[in-house]
Amino acid sequence: MTNLSVRSSISRRSFLGTMGGVAAASALGPRLSWAADELNILVWCDHADPKLLQPFEQAHNVRVNVKTYEGTGTALSIIEQSQPGDWDVFVIDAPDVPQVAKQGLLASLNKDDYPWDDLFEQIRNAPYNSVEGKLYSVPEKFGYYGIAYNDSKVDGTDMSSNDVMWNPKYKGRMAVYDYYFPVIQMIAISLGMKPSDVNVQNLEEKIRPKLLELKPQVSLIGDIVGVQNALVSGNVDMIVAGAEFAVSVLTTEKPELQWTIAENGGLIWTQGLAIFEDSNKKDLANEFVKWVISPEGQGLLATSDCYWAMPTNSNAALNDAQKQILRWDEQPGFLAKSHLSFLPQPELDSAMLELWMEFVQS
Amino acid sequence: MAEITRPPIRGGFDFSRWAIVPAITITVCFFIVPLVIMLLVSFWQRIGGKLEATWTLANYEKFFSRSYLVDALFNSIEVALVATIVSVLLAYPLAHILAYRVPQRWQRFALILAVLPFWTSYVVRSYSWLLVLSDNGIINVALQSIGIIDQPLSMSYNRGATVLGFVHFFTMLLTLTIYANLVQISPSYRRAAADLGASNLQVFLRITLPLSVPGIAVGAFIAFVITIGDFITPQILGGNTELLIPQAIMLQVARAANFPMASVMSMTLMAVVTITYLAFAKYLKMDRG
Repeated sequence: MTNLSVRSSISRRSFLGTMGGVAAASALGPRLSWAADELNILVWCDHADPKLLQPFEQAHNVRVNVKTYEGTGTALSIIEQSQPGDWDVFVIDAPDVPQVAKQGLLASLNKDDYPWDDLFEQIRNAPYNSVEGKLYSVPEKFGYYGIAYNDSKVDGTDMSSNDVMWNPKYKGRMAVYDYYFPVIQMIAISLGMKPSDVNVQNLEEKIRPKLLELKPQVSLIGDIVGVQNALVSGNVDMIVAGAEFAVSVLTTEKPELQWTIAENGGLIWTQGLAIFEDSNKKDLANEFVKWVISPEGQGLLATSDCYWAMPTNSNAALNDAQKQILRWDEQPGFLAKSHLSFLPQPELDSAMLELWMEFVQS
Repeated sequence: MAEITRPPIRGGFDFSRWAIVPAITITVCFFIVPLVIMLLVSFWQRIGGKLEATWTLANYEKFFSRSYLVDALFNSIEVALVATIVSVLLAYPLAHILAYRVPQRWQRFALILAVLPFWTSYVVRSYSWLLVLSDNGIINVALQSIGIIDQPLSMSYNRGATVLGFVHFFTMLLTLTIYANLVQISPSYRRAAADLGASNLQVFLRITLPLSVPGIAVGAFIAFVITIGDFITPQILGGNTELLIPQAIMLQVARAANFPMASVMSMTLMAVVTITYLAFAKYLKMDRG
């Protein structure tokens, strides 16, 4: 009602006067003009943070339109319902890059456009950034799937092994992140396998019994917000397949919320920046990629309001407190003992999802 | 008795005949066409990460051969049935009191109170219940502080919490539909029954209850249909600890972009809803003619 009454009180003269002022301001100063261009980005929620977008928008006199999603399946359904050229930039779960690139959706990128050598070696050399020698994704942020926990409720030493998932001491006190891909790989690691060893046969014979054995331990299977909420509210004491992305953003207020990766190996997740093949603004899109991968952009992305995680650029602009929360100094050790997520073939991916539904129902 | 004839239509334009066109257009565009598309897609297949427009029953065969998916279907039906029945049992007395005991000048205020839960978002309402039911929630803290329990009761992240979330919402919806039906029943029926010697219980069982069945049926049908397709409440309050069909659909779409399998699950839910409609059909009317 307030808006309505304000609108109705604007006379034609004052409206024309205002518009004249705006037109004059546009002519006098480019910073005050309407954005000359728009960039449409399909991204995870951490890219919706205004403090990350505004410097780019101001520098390029452009408006960035953001559409956030969770889950590559959701992103693909959005793309399938869009017209070619609707989207310019895509932030994607890095292991899914080859699948999307093979569908012809992504443009190839030039390594020389980015500070490639400044990126953490294990992350930049991940096999899924390129397909047949062509780069399709620039890794921009990474982290781990491990155990996030409330340090005041659990024994921290128990958390150093993935076997804690089956420890009867924590029965009914754990939440599981609702994503079959990392949980199944974490179980594989706990069985002494590499994630890349997982196949349809050992999924059925070895991993299935361990996964189903986990169910009685679990009180909640939820998305990131759901498991975070359960940990913060005290309904659970730990999150399986949680780590820095689940608790770092809360650490300042709740220092008892911690995370770790198992001594027998953590699992690395990576998200990548890609440009759509059908984009009509590939140059501008590439400028956006360059901004996000720059030290300043990386510092802002790593500490986004949505979730914190490690930047891939080792020169990211972070202060000491931020580095401490992200456990910057421990990264060489973490990376050395961790595994990259593998590239599942469609048949195995489908079998993993079926097993996951059986787990939820068990 | 003189025959009542319709007045002639000026200019030959019958508005009532055309007034239905927008409703039919919307139903065709936003219900029939999407439903047909979903049916067609359910025969397709996702092969090697791509959708193939095939004609096969393989997805249906897969759905009914996986015990956990069939269990998920029965879970969904059970949760929807329990939530609907409990909501009816709670809503009927409330509607009866509203219609027959509350003075007419207070009825409007009472109805506003009844629709209050609709004013808050579904998600906010579910999270509010989570705060009440959680280990550190109001109930557990109160029981612990007066010494009734030592350890918190586990009230969240189970089917009971899911049903509670649904019942909170649908009790109020059913109260409205049953109330609307009860106030249509002419008081002379009850007075006549009483004059003929019927007790209050007999009046209720022989007059009021049978005449209010349409109101119960309409509300119960709406409650059942919304509950069986709901994703949010089982996710937040139920903790996703058992598989329901909406959860399975979300997994197929969000994680695998497997629209054919998601369509099969959706068509199966549609079949359940259709059967429910056929069972309720003879009662699904608000008038008593």
